[in-house]
Amino acid sequence: MAPSRISTPRLLGVLAFLVGVFVLVPAFIALTGRWDFYYTLTSVALLSVAAAGVWLTFYIGRINIGQGAYALTGGYVSAILITQHGISFWLTLPLAGVFCAAVSVLIGLPILRLRGVYFAMVTLVLTEVARLTALALPITNGAKGITSIPLPGELSIFGLTIIPDFATLENPKLAFYLMAAVLMVVTYLVLWRIVNSRLGHLCRSLQQNEELSASIGVNTAMLRVLAYAISSFFGGLAGAIFVAISQSIYPSSFVVQDSVNFMLYCFLGGLGYVFGPMLGTLLLYFGWDLLSVAKEYQLLIYSGALIALMLVLPNGVLSLLDRKGGRK
Amino acid sequence: MTAPILQVKGVTKRYGGLTANNDISFDVAPQEILSVIGPNGAGKSTLFKQIAGFVTPTTGEVIYKGTKISGLPPHKVARMGVVRTFQETTIFKSMTVRENVIVSHHLRSKASLLGFFFGSSQAKADEAEFGKSADDIIDFLGLQAIRNETASNLPQGHLRALGMAIGLATQPEVILLDEPFAGMNHDETMRMVALVRRLRDERGLTVLLVEHDMPAVMKISDRIVCINFGEKIAEGTPAEIQANPRVIEAYLGSEDAAIGM
Ligand SMILES: Nc1ncnc2c1ncn2[C@@H]1O[C@H](COP(=O)(O)OP(=O)(O)OP(=O)(O)O)[C@@H](O)[C@H]1O
Ligand SMILES: [Mg+2]
Repeated sequence: MAPSRISTPRLLGVLAFLVGVFVLVPAFIALTGRWDFYYTLTSVALLSVAAAGVWLTFYIGRINIGQGAYALTGGYVSAILITQHGISFWLTLPLAGVFCAAVSVLIGLPILRLRGVYFAMVTLVLTEVARLTALALPITNGAKGITSIPLPGELSIFGLTIIPDFATLENPKLAFYLMAAVLMVVTYLVLWRIVNSRLGHLCRSLQQNEELSASIGVNTAMLRVLAYAISSFFGGLAGAIFVAISQSIYPSSFVVQDSVNFMLYCFLGGLGYVFGPMLGTLLLYFGWDLLSVAKEYQLLIYSGALIALMLVLPNGVLSLLDRKGGRK
Repeated sequence: MTAPILQVKGVTKRYGGLTANNDISFDVAPQEILSVIGPNGAGKSTLFKQIAGFVTPTTGEVIYKGTKISGLPPHKVARMGVVRTFQETTIFKSMTVRENVIVSHHLRSKASLLGFFFGSSQAKADEAEFGKSADDIIDFLGLQAIRNETASNLPQGHLRALGMAIGLATQPEVILLDEPFAGMNHDETMRMVALVRRLRDERGLTVLLVEHDMPAVMKISDRIVCINFGEKIAEGTPAEIQANPRVIEAYLGSEDAAIGM
């Protein structure tokens, strides 16, 4: 299989990336005073965590347009646990992920048997189901949503403060950015490791031929559910942090449009590349922001550019790397 | 005859009003090469699918080493040692030949998926072993030259061989080959025939195969089961089958009247 030993240029690339994210970006913002960039970049980091999950479902050959449902669910789990049970945000974070993973197992068992367009359609409906559920349930407080959620408190182990109380911070924007960035880095590390370990190889076998995969002894039903659960775990995590940032959640916090976007991020970045969804999120989210100067033409230009990109680079932006390699 | 390794007992498969297999029974001895023949649509692939767990018999059962395997999902049947290759050339298209064979060693992993995730020493040992075993299989099938080719670029003959390599990687005791010589010319077929023999002689496999190429079937088989319209009409050695009036009739009634050599 692809050598999983890390080559020197790749290691340098990763280092450069980390320096960029954790040193250069904060330095740039401090210099220019563009504090609003923190919000944008935090969003990009979180959205790319959810998109990483969608990408993993693509990797087993399923088009997932339902990640918004898990982001919403994760957000509500965290919000409810914090406001109604007084549980620390830091504990609700993994709980939100685990809850989403558990829900996705129940949903995934029946629907993951579907393939292609059928699976895609069902997942598309999921986001809407999640929204309506949030509207209807008493615990989610209907259309009024849950508001005034306190900022993440202190995280300490054996009296040692690891993360200070966000409310006491002078600059919670930076803290949120760093938190989202760390989560993003860890998520993609996990994803990279999955793809380059046996689990990923089996996912690939599933993507290419489920029958053959079963005949070499792969428990295909179990593997599909496992990949989908990991995917939904990421969705739940991202949702929970979004809620912590906005300190509120409504049934419409994540809608079908968000689910579609997650899928587009993956497409645009490249389905064959682990870091595709991260790049796709950055480009599309920033692209949309930058195009706001075009006023009423914003959507037109944005969609036109999307279509053009998909025609020119059907395998995603990262496929440019391969092309260059091919010419050598 | 020694105790059978595989027993097909009264297997019937109905699809709505169509009976694809009707009360088929036969035994397979260990390390036997047994061919299932019959005109197009006779129900041969359906029979193989039932043995390998892809299709559950409507009635009847398949017994492997004394245990009922019919009705189990394919991955469980594969784990027990009964593996099927496909009539259509079925491979993992966008992997290289070597990757195809390595991934097919899945059944033999001793490390857990979590172990593979964290790169435990067992996982590393497994990977090394799979790589070595994959190379052995590639050498065995004479695929050295195309080891690193992407499977989707391969010609038909190589794809068939790769399909067999994938089957072998699971280390089966019984391998079901569905039309392994299809799309091959005479020379390629003869090479494959020799190879299937070596599967039995060198690797101790029991081989069941479905094939339309009669000269090849006659050459390779210890015994032959002939089915027509879903029913077993004959069973015996190649010589017996060739002389069987019901078999001749079945084949004369169809387009390929090539039961002779
Ligand atoms: N899933 C299915 N649903 C309905 N009918 C089926 C199904 N699978 C097979 N059949 C029917 O069962 C019969 C036997 O099919 P099968 O594929 O076993 O034939 P075969 O002997 O392998 O033929 P060939 O030599 O052409 O490969 C055919 O009439 C086929 O149409
Ligand atoms: Mg057939």
